Amino acid sequence: MTFLRAHRTAATVIVLVLVYAVIKVLNLVGILNAYYIQLLMLVGINIVMTVSLGMVNGFTGQFSIGSAGFMAVGAYTSAMITTVWLHASTANPWVGYPIFIVALLAGGLLAAAAGYLVGAPSLRLKGDYLAIVTLSASELIRTVIRVTNFLGGPRGLGGIPKFTNLEVVFVFATVSVVLMRNYLFSSHGRSMKAVRDSEIAAEATGVNTTKQKVFVFVFSAFFSGVSGGVFAHLLQFIHPDNFTFAKSLEYLIYLYVGGSASISGAMVGAAIFTVLPELLRSLQTWRMVIYPLILILVMIFRTEGVMGLKEFGFILIPQRQRKEVSA
Amino acid sequence: MGQFLQQLINGIQIGSIYALIALGYTIVYGIVGLINFAHADIFMVGAYMGFFLAPVMAKIFGGAFIPTIIAAMFITGVFGFVMEKLAYRPLRYKSRLSALITALGVSLFLENFCALPFVFGPQFRKFPDLIVTKQIVIPGNLGLSIPNVVLLDVGVSIFLMVLLFWFVNRTLMGKQMRAVSSDKSAASLMGINIDIVISTAFIVGAALAGAGGILYGTTYGMLAAPYLGIWPGMKAFIAAVLGGIGNIPGAVLGAYIMGISEAFATSVDSNLGFGIAFAILIVILLARPSGLLGKFIPEKV
Amino acid sequence: MRRLFAIILVCALIVSVGVGCKKAAVTPTDQVVNLGSIFGMTGASSSFGIAEDKGARMAVDEFNAAGGATIGGVKTTINYINEDDTGLPEVGASAVHKLIDQDKVIGIIGAQTSMVSLAIAPVLQSAGIPMISPSSTNEKVTLVGDYIFRSCFLDAFQGRVMANYVWNTLKLKTAAVLYDNANDYNMGIAQIFKTSFEALGGKVVAYEAYTNEATTVDYKPQLTKIKAANPEFLYLPNYYNGVALQLKQARQMGLNAPAGGGDAWDSPDLVTIGGAAVEGAIFTNNFSKDDPSPLVQNFIKSYTTKFGEAPAGVSSLAYDATGLLLDAFKTCGSIKGSDIRDAMKNTTFSGIGGAYKFDENRNPVKSAVIIKIVNGQQTYVTTVNP
Repeated sequence: MTFLRAHRTAATVIVLVLVYAVIKVLNLVGILNAYYIQLLMLVGINIVMTVSLGMVNGFTGQFSIGSAGFMAVGAYTSAMITTVWLHASTANPWVGYPIFIVALLAGGLLAAAAGYLVGAPSLRLKGDYLAIVTLSASELIRTVIRVTNFLGGPRGLGGIPKFTNLEVVFVFATVSVVLMRNYLFSSHGRSMKAVRDSEIAAEATGVNTTKQKVFVFVFSAFFSGVSGGVFAHLLQFIHPDNFTFAKSLEYLIYLYVGGSASISGAMVGAAIFTVLPELLRSLQTWRMVIYPLILILVMIFRTEGVMGLKEFGFILIPQRQRKEVSA
Repeated sequence: MGQFLQQLINGIQIGSIYALIALGYTIVYGIVGLINFAHADIFMVGAYMGFFLAPVMAKIFGGAFIPTIIAAMFITGVFGFVMEKLAYRPLRYKSRLSALITALGVSLFLENFCALPFVFGPQFRKFPDLIVTKQIVIPGNLGLSIPNVVLLDVGVSIFLMVLLFWFVNRTLMGKQMRAVSSDKSAASLMGINIDIVISTAFIVGAALAGAGGILYGTTYGMLAAPYLGIWPGMKAFIAAVLGGIGNIPGAVLGAYIMGISEAFATSVDSNLGFGIAFAILIVILLARPSGLLGKFIPEKV
Repeated sequence: MRRLFAIILVCALIVSVGVGCKKAAVTPTDQVVNLGSIFGMTGASSSFGIAEDKGARMAVDEFNAAGGATIGGVKTTINYINEDDTGLPEVGASAVHKLIDQDKVIGIIGAQTSMVSLAIAPVLQSAGIPMISPSSTNEKVTLVGDYIFRSCFLDAFQGRVMANYVWNTLKLKTAAVLYDNANDYNMGIAQIFKTSFEALGGKVVAYEAYTNEATTVDYKPQLTKIKAANPEFLYLPNYYNGVALQLKQARQMGLNAPAGGGDAWDSPDLVTIGGAAVEGAIFTNNFSKDDPSPLVQNFIKSYTTKFGEAPAGVSSLAYDATGLLLDAFKTCGSIKGSDIRDAMKNTTFSGIGGAYKFDENRNPVKSAVIIKIVNGQQTYVTTVNP
């Protein structure tokens, strides 16, 4: 154990590769069939969405319920690029995949721009209002998509090539979580947590709170956008109704039950709640009754969520910040 | 001209129902600083209470409207009380964010629980006819006609608003509510029982929403699903923000502006009608976040 | 220790998903094969999904009761497995994977909404498993591939039928349309009606929309505009719940033009909610309850006995879709997807909606009937052949 602790980064990388290899082998052998792989891919996408929401809601202490809107921006942008404008296809992977990556990044950037448009004016308002503004923004985005005919409108956008597979999701989820984790433990990230803990004190110590909040919001929107792109290329068909505020609410539940102030919490929440409906297929009607109930109970009895402030070892908290959070 | 007036009437009718819901949002926010997301669902419960109670009331009392609306208001009032006691009171001294999230949870829970087949069920319900619908033709050559439900909506709303105004400004409890709304800790130091005041606020807000639900059912004649509260609730909330959240006359003003804008926007293009509420929100938050009638309260450090 | 526990918990959850879902036949045995269906049993439009499930179920039960099929000399019956897509494409996509990979179904009845159908069709096409949708009207669905079929009309047909009827039979010259622009079914039919009616020489004096009937109850702004345009006919190609309110509000404001719509009107609730306002209105549909043929009458009787309520239009579509697939299954005598698909392509199945024949895009070429509401009852008016 001490050896591992000393070489934490290397150990984490090795474990990641091992996990991937195990999954692949199980898939080839037939124990994990396409159904499981699909599930794992959705878990990966949801993890990134939830962690990115956690950056805004958990670490900056804001209340955004518009993540689905940014996901939609990313999804539609990337889908338009690969499907309508550049006609990429899986038949030609050497051309297709680079286009796919460009499309994902474009989606993320456009979502980030949308995040800026929404966040810049509204983050200077009191926290409660942000909720309604982000919700409205999300619905407005949906409406714009719906009335725009070249985006498919109410008929949706289909024929999206299936670029997303297990490798893609694995790499994407890992890279995203690493990037977000790095940000959170940087000095930027720490001033963000200062904003959450006491906005007035942070302002008094020279942190430009509004700029900080906007930056995190935009950063988070970027990842939501890329997730949307990955999602679109998994489902091969997207529609404005995929991205209603019910979807935003789902990510909220994943986050708050898992633990909003913890990256691991977001991951755990996403994983559990993505898998749970499959487990409880017979209880589908009760699903949306049970979920909010869990949320309410967690809020009343264990506000910090399942993981609290704790993180898993593989998050690799820098030595100096270890005192605040320990695994 | 005739069409303009007709749309205006449409807007006023829509606004009356929004007003009843908006008042609940604003009262609760004024007292505890919480956006009660579940308020829209109390409105829904009120509407369904009408569906279930109307036949009973008709049998006992003969005429169905007045007993039904009173019963619905009573039931939703109790609902509001229970909701506050169970879900919000434990969180009163914790962070605002937790209360907000809990409110969201309560809202989702209510909607989906009521959608279960053995509760209200997801199927469409025909709302019982509580009044005989008549078309009142306005003399003159403008070609205007108003269904009598419009008069009912506006009349009942205004009546309840006046009642509320009297309650808040002329009774002791109303005074206590205004005190708590102004400064909670000072009020408790003055000997006011905070718990009772907060509960009363929730009960009053919920009862108004319940009345709104009955009017909704009577006007439209159909209850689509237990999710029917979401959109009217959202628009009513935006209306409350427009007027100045925490401000009672503001909520009413905001609601009528919202209703009329919606009617006119929809007549131009339905997507515009859908989005006008959000557009209004963005404009008001950018231009005057405290609302039309609200006061800007600087945060003291 | 906590983190170890959490990791184990998540892994256990993922594994138990598969264990919990083991059905009677992992691979189709000689006795029982699985047939899957994907409908929206919860969420928006769940009332339609539930009705379709009932129709499909009944078709499976009748098939089994009639002796099932003989595959390779062995009597084979069907085990019907229904999955809920909750109205969301991604849930539908997971469901379809479960049905294909875990339950090894021979075919899929579904999905109900075009949105979900478009998400599951590519999966089924690459897996080589036939799919037949009872109610997805978006033309792109069957274009995904040759394993994808549908048992309902395309939007185009119904709009055209009504336009012809209004112009040629009712001899009305002007019409107004009110449709839901957030739903491709309503929008599609409305567009075709408009183009057809105008091609015949008629004039569409008002073409109004509302956004998403799930959230709209107040149609007065649009109806006020329509009334001012003074149409002779009011076309409402929307779902029965919205139509009931639209007609009520229209009649309330003195807009009394004759009204018509499409097969989404078919439900007893149209009259229950709409009352006197829907009296005299007409709509195009797949079948008529007045049809004296024993097939239709038995269907209505059995359905009503079995489920305690009259069948909705979509129930008959699901019943026919299932019947058609099972008939093809029986005819080709094989569980291979490609064989069933070929049998379906050449089917001569006769269902509630009449004789089914597929065109080159696997859309059915079948007749429509026009129904009129007379004294609160659906009454047959005429049949229109394609």
